[in-house]
Amino acid sequence: MAASLHIAGIRKVFGKGDKAVEILKKIDIEVAPGEFLILVGPSGCGKSTLLNIIAGLEEPTEGELKIAGKNVVGVAPAQRDIAMVFQSYALYPTMNVADNIGFALEMRKVPLGVRKKRIQEVAAMLQIEHLLERRPAQLSGGQRQRVAMGRALARDPQLFLFDEPLSNLDAKLRVEMRAEIKRLHQVSGITSVYVTHDQIEAMTLGSRIAVMKDGILQQIGTPDDIYRRPANTYVAGFIGSPTMNLIAGSASGTGATSQFLFEGGSLQLPSPAKGKVTLGQRPEHIHLSDDAAWRGTVTLVEPTGADTYVVIKTGVGLITVRTPPSTQVKVGDNVGMTVSSNHNNWFDAQSGLRLGVEHT
Amino acid sequence: MNAKNLFRVAVYAVLLVAALFFLAPLYVMLVTSFKDADQLRAGNLLSLPTSLNFESWTLAWSTACTGVDCRGLKPYFWNSVSMAVPAVLISTIWGALNGYVLSMWKFRGSDLLFGFILFGVFMPFQVVLLPMSQVLGFMGLSSSVTGLVLVHSLAGMAGTTLFFRNYYTAIPHELIQAARMDGAGFWRIFYRIVIPMSTPILMVTLIWQFTNIWNDFLFGVAFSGADSKPITVGLNNMANTTSSVKSYNVDMAAAIIAGLPTMLVYVLAGQYFVKGLTAGAVKG
Repeated sequence: MAASLHIAGIRKVFGKGDKAVEILKKIDIEVAPGEFLILVGPSGCGKSTLLNIIAGLEEPTEGELKIAGKNVVGVAPAQRDIAMVFQSYALYPTMNVADNIGFALEMRKVPLGVRKKRIQEVAAMLQIEHLLERRPAQLSGGQRQRVAMGRALARDPQLFLFDEPLSNLDAKLRVEMRAEIKRLHQVSGITSVYVTHDQIEAMTLGSRIAVMKDGILQQIGTPDDIYRRPANTYVAGFIGSPTMNLIAGSASGTGATSQFLFEGGSLQLPSPAKGKVTLGQRPEHIHLSDDAAWRGTVTLVEPTGADTYVVIKTGVGLITVRTPPSTQVKVGDNVGMTVSSNHNNWFDAQSGLRLGVEHT
Repeated sequence: MNAKNLFRVAVYAVLLVAALFFLAPLYVMLVTSFKDADQLRAGNLLSLPTSLNFESWTLAWSTACTGVDCRGLKPYFWNSVSMAVPAVLISTIWGALNGYVLSMWKFRGSDLLFGFILFGVFMPFQVVLLPMSQVLGFMGLSSSVTGLVLVHSLAGMAGTTLFFRNYYTAIPHELIQAARMDGAGFWRIFYRIVIPMSTPILMVTLIWQFTNIWNDFLFGVAFSGADSKPITVGLNNMANTTSSVKSYNVDMAAAIIAGLPTMLVYVLAGQYFVKGLTAGAVKG
C-alpha cells in the first residue's frame, strides 16, 4: 500500500557551539502516494542525511516528518514500516540469499511457511530463484544488487528508500538495474525516495526530482520541469549532460528588438530584464551557422553515436553545441552560432535566480 | 652456484639454526622425561633414551611430592582447568560485547571509555596485586578458584575488548543499519549478525586468553590458597621441593604436562589464529 510522505521544516545540525555544522536547512517536501522522488545533488549536499532521517537512522534537530499522515519523529526505524536499499547492499555475509530476504520477516515473527512462500515470490520477481542457497560472497555485483532489492521488497513496506544503489555497478549493469528498479516501482506502486548524485538516474527514474545543494532545496519538480525550467544557474548546470551553456552578458532592454551583448558577440534576443543577466542555453538549442556573427574556434569534437558534441572556444568561454553525427566540423575550424529564440533561460547575473516566465 | 642460490642457502641455514635453537629445549625435555635414573646420572643431556619409560610421567601426574603432599600435578591441573575455562569464556564474551558496543553503538564518551580500557592492556599487573587482594577479601573470594576466575576475567577484559573493538570497526556500519531497519534489536543484531561474522577473532581471542590464563604465574601465586593453586604454581613448587636426588625426568614430564593444553589449543584452533590476525585486510 502506498503511503504519502510529509517533510516540513527539517533541520539537522551536527556538533555543538562553534563547531556546529548545519547539514540541512529547513527542508520542505511533500511526496504523494506512489510517487518516485529523487534526491539529487553533489556529495555533502545533505541528501543522504535527509534519507537517514526519513529512515529513522538519524533524528532531525528540528522539523516534522510524517509517513502516511502519522508522525514518525522519534519512532524506531523498525516501526516505520520502510525498507531501504544501501549503496554497499549491506547483505548479511553469513546468511544465504533466502535468509537475507527473509530476515526482516523473521524479525516480524512471520510464520515459516508464509515466509518461504514470500521469499519464493520475491525471488521469482527478481529472477534470482537459482541463487537462494548461495552466500553473498558467491554473488556478482548485479546479483547482490538484486538480493538487496529482494530484501526490501519481501516486506511489502509503505516506503522504499534507496541510497545510491547503483553506484557500485559497472555502466552496463547500471543501465539494466535502473530499468529494473523502474519496472519494480511500476509493478509495486510503493512510494519511493531515491538518493543519487547521477543526474541521468535522476532524470530517467524520477516522477519528481528534488535538487539539493549545501543543505538547501534548490528546486523540486518533474524531470521535464527541472530540465526545461531550472530555477537557478546551479540547477541549470547540474542537470543535463553535457551541461547547459551559461553566457554572462548584459541586456539592452526587454523589447523584441533589444540586444543581448556579451564578450565576443551579441544576439538579438528579448530579455525579461535590463542590465546584467546570464543566458542559459542547452547544447541542443544552439546551432552552427556559417554566416552567423557570433563566432568561435572548435576545440573538441565528441561523437557519442546518436549525436556529436562540438565544443567551441568563444569570448565567453567554452560553448557546447549538439550537432547531428553527420557534421563535417573539425578541430580548429572557425564556426558561427545562432540560438533558438524560444528556449532561452534567463538568470539574474548576481543571484543566479531565474528571471521571467516566457519560455516553452 | 650463482650468488642468488648462495643467498638462498644462507637464508635457509639461518632459519634452520634458529629452529634448532628454539626446539632444543623441547627436545631435551622430551628425551629426559623418558630416561631412568641411571641414564640421568650418565649425564649426556642430548642422548636418546635407551627405552621408552613412562614411569616419570605417571609419577609427575599422580604421585610426585610437593613438600609433604604427594598427589602429583593432578589436583593443580584440574584447578587450572576449572580456572581457565570459565575465565577464558567470560573474558571473551565480555570483550565481544564491549567491542560491539564501542564500535557499533557509540555513545557520548564511548571513545574516551575505550581509551581508559586500553590502559588495562598496558598496565603492569603487579600494580593491582594489593588492591585486588583487598577486593577479593571483601568479596570473600580470597584463596579460591572463583577469585582467580574473577581476577583473570577482569585482567583479560581490556585485551579482548581491544581485539573485538578493532575487528568490529571494520564491519560496515550499513550492515547494522540494515538490520535495525529489518527490525532486529541490540541483542538480535549481536548474535544473529555480528557473532557469526566473528569466527576468526573469536579463535584468536580464545587462544590468546587461554595461553595467558593457563600460563599465568603471578596471580596464581598471589591469590591462590592451598587447594586452589594452578598448575604453574604447582609445577614450580614441585620442582623446588628438595629431596636427596633431583628427579629431572619427573620435572621434565611435569613441565610438559603443564604445557600440553596450550599446545593442544594451538593445534586445534591455530589455523584460525593466522587467519584472524590477517582478517579485515581482505573484504569479503
